Amino acid sequence: MTIQFNKETFRDDYSFRNSDWAIKRFPFPFHEDSYMYSVNMEQHRGGPPGSVYEKRFDVDEHYLAEMEDRAIVLAEDPLRCQSLPHMTLAGWDTLELIMTCKSEDYPDLFELHRDGKRWRWVNKPMGIDHSFTFLDETTLPCGPLEYITRQTQGDFAVLDQRDEMLWMDAGTVTTQADWSLDFDIGMNFFEWHAPVPMAHELGIFKRALKFLLNVQQGAPARRLNWTMTVNPLLDTSPENYHKWGIQKTTLTPENIGAKQHLRVELQTFFRLPRSNALLFPIRCYLIAFQDIVSVPKWGRRLHRVVRDLPDELATYKGFIANRPMMLDYLGQYDDGRPTSPGIWPDLETEPPLDMGR
Amino acid sequence: MTAAPQNTKAGAEKIAVTVSAVVPLNDLVTRFEFTRPDGAAFPPFSAGAHTVVEMRDQGRTRLNPYSLMSDPSDPSIYAISVRRDDQGRGGSLFMHRNVKVGDAMTLTYPVNLFSLDLRGRKHVFLAGGIGITPFMAMIAQLEQSNGNWELHYACRSEALGTYADQLRSHYPNKVHVYFDDQNQAIGLEDLLDGQPLGTHVYVCGPKGMIDWVHTTAAEHGWPSENVHSEEFLAPQPGKPFEVRLCKSDITIQVGEHESLLEAMERCGVDAPFLCRGGACGQCETDVVEADGEFVHRDHWLDDDDHACGKKIMPCVSRFVGKTLVLDR
Repeated sequence: MTIQFNKETFRDDYSFRNSDWAIKRFPFPFHEDSYMYSVNMEQHRGGPPGSVYEKRFDVDEHYLAEMEDRAIVLAEDPLRCQSLPHMTLAGWDTLELIMTCKSEDYPDLFELHRDGKRWRWVNKPMGIDHSFTFLDETTLPCGPLEYITRQTQGDFAVLDQRDEMLWMDAGTVTTQADWSLDFDIGMNFFEWHAPVPMAHELGIFKRALKFLLNVQQGAPARRLNWTMTVNPLLDTSPENYHKWGIQKTTLTPENIGAKQHLRVELQTFFRLPRSNALLFPIRCYLIAFQDIVSVPKWGRRLHRVVRDLPDELATYKGFIANRPMMLDYLGQYDDGRPTSPGIWPDLETEPPLDMGR
Repeated sequence: MTAAPQNTKAGAEKIAVTVSAVVPLNDLVTRFEFTRPDGAAFPPFSAGAHTVVEMRDQGRTRLNPYSLMSDPSDPSIYAISVRRDDQGRGGSLFMHRNVKVGDAMTLTYPVNLFSLDLRGRKHVFLAGGIGITPFMAMIAQLEQSNGNWELHYACRSEALGTYADQLRSHYPNKVHVYFDDQNQAIGLEDLLDGQPLGTHVYVCGPKGMIDWVHTTAAEHGWPSENVHSEEFLAPQPGKPFEVRLCKSDITIQVGEHESLLEAMERCGVDAPFLCRGGACGQCETDVVEADGEFVHRDHWLDDDDHACGKKIMPCVSRFVGKTLVLDR
């Protein structure tokens, strides 16, 4: 399938849109009508054809626009990409993994030609054709992590593994849900998760760490996480909170369907072979409420999840103030009918909305 | 979230290989080299990683972990060196007696429980006997990146100094070999005393040597994070015992010469594992009921866990008593 890349923005005029294709393949994160934290890990070994789970690094219609947005963020704030000195090898690991996966999974878009350490990388959508020497930083215009993540959707945290612990020692983070690489750099797994409410008490992080320390080469894993974002902003960083935080007050009953977005992260975990570090890509997918409710099952379910979410979580995810307005809007799309289990849209089998009952 | 059917077989991913060379190094140690039958490159690995070798021994499957000792930058082969253990459970004897060039075998993907701390400004390797193998890969990796390292290698005798000559001739200023039969020994206290800030120490060898290095380093004020070790335990034989596996709804017998994990596998229970040597924690199993004594032999659970009897590592630990019920 050839992807038509959108010309769109994630700032200023917010021209970002999801096509019908993108709506149907959206990674809806709720497999039932309620939500609570869980480790919810599964293997990252493909998924149904066309779904965001199919390829190791999903490329979609937003690719070029997301890369333009990343370039703007990095130009304004170079500290969004950092790598502690011992993480260079993990950066090369990341470059190798992404180039290998993309050239195998999207041969019409990406090519990797290897002759020993002489590599040629072709990225057709971005118009890049570059030869370099693997493991020789002087042959790249920037570090290997920055080089490849300027060409790959999603944020990337690169976690060093030592002393039975994971350490946030490198990354490229420009599309984040209100956390900062510059603040977290060098922290361990428990330190950077310290702000999350409730999950510590539930023992979630202890179990998650144990799982992640054992993610093995050749057996990547994945999970979904979610939050809410007003306007299709990729860069909801603490650094720029003064710019985007205020936008949460601009919601009205009239504009909420278009402005309020569900923000879903497809988080994947890859053991990096040469450095033994753990690569943690965090891929952000945005969808407007008005597009979610075009799928009857998702409209019903999102209303119930948002309604029943504990206050601590609604506060942490930053939408407690707007929750009543969200519920007024979403309630119009919940006719009280049961929903089918699982995350899929089930457009053929789920009944259309029936508010006349 | 279950987006796809899940294949959750226990253990790491597997690689089909062909034995490409069998090289006897001395009376006890033989190197085995593997290539892929399709000629493909092996997955890259990090120095210190091991692979679990699957052996088909007359209807019995043996799974033994061995450190990868080939150069991590050479994707054309994987190599291991196996010390023959005449008193052992038979895995090393099978390798020495039965494995021939051209044989088809199965390895797991590399798993690293003994990786270099890449922050280290200097890496000091302490090897005892066959414990030299992970350091062969570490030295190759550090040589590629101009890393600062030195090796102190204790062997029984010149005749049993596996790779000692090769290492000394390649790196005469970095390799120090000590022969027990010539009353030579690593001067550990002096060695630890003279290291620059940012040095990491790695030890691989017999249990006594590992304990000695950890204790001595601690006495000299070394932070425990700068002292790394790896010791694979082989499961030890013990009295047969019976176990009830409540999730699987079966009762199994563990024989004298098999581990609890092996007994589960023999009975068709797909129990998780990685290292099979009491180090990785993957096979940790909850105890539902126990009337008897545990024989804990792992490095994974702490003393409190061992004392409370709520968990067991079935790869190396056993049980003596009337009733044992596990949540598996």
